[in-house]
Amino acid sequence: MIQPPVLEWQIGVVTRITTENARTKTFTVALPKWIAHEPGQHYDVRLTAPDGYKTERSYSVASEPERRGEVDLTVERIVDGEVSPYLHDVLVIGDQLEVRGPIGGYFVWDVALGGPLLLVGGGSGVVPLMAMLRHRAAQESAIPTRLLYSCHGPDDLIYHDEFAALARAGGTLEIVITFTRQAPEGWSGYRRRIDAAMLNEVKEPLGEGIRSYVCGPTLLVEAVANALVASGMSPDRIRTERFGPTGS
Amino acid sequence: MISRGFFGRQRPPEVEKRLPPGQYLEKGFPVLSAGPTPRTPLERWSFALQGLVGSPLSWTWDEFLKLPSQTFTVDISCVTKWTKLDTKWLGVSVDTLLQSAQVDPGARYVMALCDGGYTTNVPLAELVNGAAFVAYQFDDKPLEAEHGGPARLVVPHLYFWKSAKWVRGLRFMEHDEPGFWESNGYNMHGDPWKEERYGGD
Repeated sequence: MIQPPVLEWQIGVVTRITTENARTKTFTVALPKWIAHEPGQHYDVRLTAPDGYKTERSYSVASEPERRGEVDLTVERIVDGEVSPYLHDVLVIGDQLEVRGPIGGYFVWDVALGGPLLLVGGGSGVVPLMAMLRHRAAQESAIPTRLLYSCHGPDDLIYHDEFAALARAGGTLEIVITFTRQAPEGWSGYRRRIDAAMLNEVKEPLGEGIRSYVCGPTLLVEAVANALVASGMSPDRIRTERFGPTGS
Repeated sequence: MISRGFFGRQRPPEVEKRLPPGQYLEKGFPVLSAGPTPRTPLERWSFALQGLVGSPLSWTWDEFLKLPSQTFTVDISCVTKWTKLDTKWLGVSVDTLLQSAQVDPGARYVMALCDGGYTTNVPLAELVNGAAFVAYQFDDKPLEAEHGGPARLVVPHLYFWKSAKWVRGLRFMEHDEPGFWESNGYNMHGDPWKEERYGGD
């Protein structure tokens, strides 16, 4: 077997910080040794204290590989976390950030893989799916695609305006949101946790041969993946990424 | 590079010395897997030794439960950066499984084979002498499907993706071969203390 190349740590520079919602920010990091990622991949971030203590976390890339030289890392602030509070509360534009990536070869999609594509995201689990949607748009792909996005309430949405723009421009992309705790005034869409009936309604127009990517908290991913298998989809067409009760 | 304004969390020294580089302490038990959770009924479950063994061996679930079992309390480290201390398992040591198998002296590597098609490779020498076991209880309760039940391999000294969930057998091999994550960018060996996370580490 050929020895794979070393994935080197590099020192990026934060060039933009975008507030997505009260708990979520996107950090744009310019990289001296940028490598085109596959949508769905992540980067590792490493922080080093003056006493030499180091800690690392993984964050999904939200940007598309067509945007060269930099990556967007969208990070939710975990209240008792160690790295996400630092990124949110301390890091400013111009700061250096040590990262390495891109990482992960399975939870990835590009237009060459084809569709139809069913993306299911819960909370910040929508981040790697956004990289897929941005890539799809950059490639001007017409692959039939639906994103089912589960969110507590309107204040928890991220990328909302861009989703609306992508769905308008695409024609073959539809974004379906379900609010699990509190829906906006006059909301006529779903207002419950994702279940088998909702999944069947959302995926039905996509027809046969669907590829599905599911990312979110463990409970959501388990429920969605099990329901998709029960609906007759082959398990090898369902790729999952979960975040559990982690203290990141 | 020192991260401006980063000092890290309070870390009791007795905990810090048990955390491999780059890892943080996790009190929950996160679930990570690449696809849907497979569910094999226990009456259809079996565990097989195959490849470079004298004659292939297989146990049914009932037979497996009758094998001598042990309690193991071990620290586990996931490549996604969490480490969980003092996890308590009940299972069958790989040594016990090998007692009834005539493993070919040429066998040096093992591929763990799982429901759902997951595989992972481990050097044989790192599975024996009490280093690894097939566990079916976690914290005195049957191992949940999400965590790899009914039975998973546990190789605590390697990153936890080597501790294959839903394990159904071991294939003994002369040469090393990549398993599932090893074919998707992750390290062939996976020692957390050497930070062997990715292919080139």
